[in-house]
Amino acid sequence: MARYLLRRLLLTVPVLLGVATLVFALIHLVPGDPAQAMLGDGASQEEIIKLRQSLGLDRPLLSQYKSFLSGVARGDLGRSFRNNAPVTAQIRERFPNTAMLALAAMLFAMLFAIPLGIVAAVYKGRVVDHAAMTLALVGISMPNFWLGPLLAILFSVQLGWLPVSGTGSLAHLVLPAVTLGAALSAILARMTRASVLEELRELYVLAARARGLSGSRAVLRHAFRNSLIPIVTIIGLQFGAVLTGTIITETIFAWPGVGRLLIQAINFRDYPLIQGCILFISVTYVAMNLLTDLTYGYLDPRIRFE
Amino acid sequence: MVRVGLAIVLAAFIAAVLGPVISPYDSSAQELSRRLEAPTLAHPFGLDELGRDILARILDGARISLMVGVAVVSVSSTLGMFFGAVAGYFGGRVDDVISRVIDVLMPFPGILLAIALVAVLGPGLTNVVLALSVIGWVGYARLVRGQALRAREFEFVQAARALGASSARIVVRHVLPTALPSVVVQATLGMAGAIIAEAALSFLGLGVQPPTPSWGSMLDAGRSHLFDAPHLTVIPGIAIALLVLGFNFLGDGLRDRIDPKTVR
Repeated sequence: MARYLLRRLLLTVPVLLGVATLVFALIHLVPGDPAQAMLGDGASQEEIIKLRQSLGLDRPLLSQYKSFLSGVARGDLGRSFRNNAPVTAQIRERFPNTAMLALAAMLFAMLFAIPLGIVAAVYKGRVVDHAAMTLALVGISMPNFWLGPLLAILFSVQLGWLPVSGTGSLAHLVLPAVTLGAALSAILARMTRASVLEELRELYVLAARARGLSGSRAVLRHAFRNSLIPIVTIIGLQFGAVLTGTIITETIFAWPGVGRLLIQAINFRDYPLIQGCILFISVTYVAMNLLTDLTYGYLDPRIRFE
Repeated sequence: MVRVGLAIVLAAFIAAVLGPVISPYDSSAQELSRRLEAPTLAHPFGLDELGRDILARILDGARISLMVGVAVVSVSSTLGMFFGAVAGYFGGRVDDVISRVIDVLMPFPGILLAIALVAVLGPGLTNVVLALSVIGWVGYARLVRGQALRAREFEFVQAARALGASSARIVVRHVLPTALPSVVVQATLGMAGAIIAEAALSFLGLGVQPPTPSWGSMLDAGRSHLFDAPHLTVIPGIAIALLVLGFNFLGDGLRDRIDPKTVR
């Protein structure tokens, strides 16, 4: 396991370097002068020169790249152009909200989709199965930037049960979490159904039934437990989609997380903050993928020896 | 499934082309006194926040969605086929370089990269297509590389080489055609992906800019009127979901026909 861990960690280094390089390159892709773009047309030549200096844009590219990488390594992502606050501090302040939203979405998906998938598998071909799978298809086809407002119309405007946006209570978390978790639920329900169906065909399930185990016990104790590995993998792999989904979900529900911070930074052309948010989301994403791989390697020893 | 998908997709193309014939209204003509009016016989989808006919805007939006989809799929599949075929057929150092780039980009969340690119390049139709193509080619490249690796060993490819055909000719005439069916499936599903991504970017204000109608920016405008005019949110969403479902049905159906092994 130690060798697998080391190899997997080493493989992550070039990916992280690639991500950092990409993020560094972003500000140089701005058409024209980034300092001019940030300050707008009314800026004086002096102001532009000063901003260029403070962003380090007046130095040679290689030296800029080196100081960017060393800054990233130290957790220093520069200062926001708009309010001069350190980018890292702003992200640190918002991240707990994003993490809470993402975790709530994944929890919702698991609690909703896994039982749905199991029931669909057990009652394959019956009405329940068709209804569950139609629901899953709808979940996959509905973009979250439509589902969110629709849920808000139904549960906030029509029924008045939940707040439309903002934070402050558990009720505020419900609509964003459901919106963000819907696509994952759909995928997870389909995956669970397929995985449990496969296990149900195995002889050990038949043997369990022959020993007199009740149907639900055979399903839950035997078939479901064995179908867990692909389910865990899907949850891990889909984390990236959930993480990037927060950008849209947070914007819909005015949820003060890193995703909304990114969109606000884009609207203000706050390039250091844009770079910081993109880097942070990407690195979190890479780290989660690594964690999924390691967990998978731990659960299934065959993976380690590939 | 293929038929349902094909019917939806064809209907969307026809609606996009015949837009002005179907709806008598101009998508940018404003009737401010009747803003946010709910659907009526004269305006079956109602009027938006500036009193514009939503049906006309949906039809114009279909043209934008399909245009972005076709452009992104054309650019990214061409790039992907080129790099994939070169990597798979020639192997060695070239393959190493291309494969590393694929390895770094493949697991990267596409929409995040697209947001990052549009954030610095500026919003607009061209930049959206560019950003989505920059990430889109990777999937095609990986697919075609795999096919090219296999095709290299086929007897008819070796025969062509023995007959003295140039590498370019072998790749274009013999290697790429073996990958084409999979590319077509990927492209169909890619249309759905590109349409959703464009709508998402426009929803965030990073895509097509007003007054050009885009389904994504129509949904964004609807957000301010959840209470007084929910039809602004409901209708563009149905359009997006339906078209995406159409392409997904078509893609899945084609895949099942091309490769019966994947039938569930």
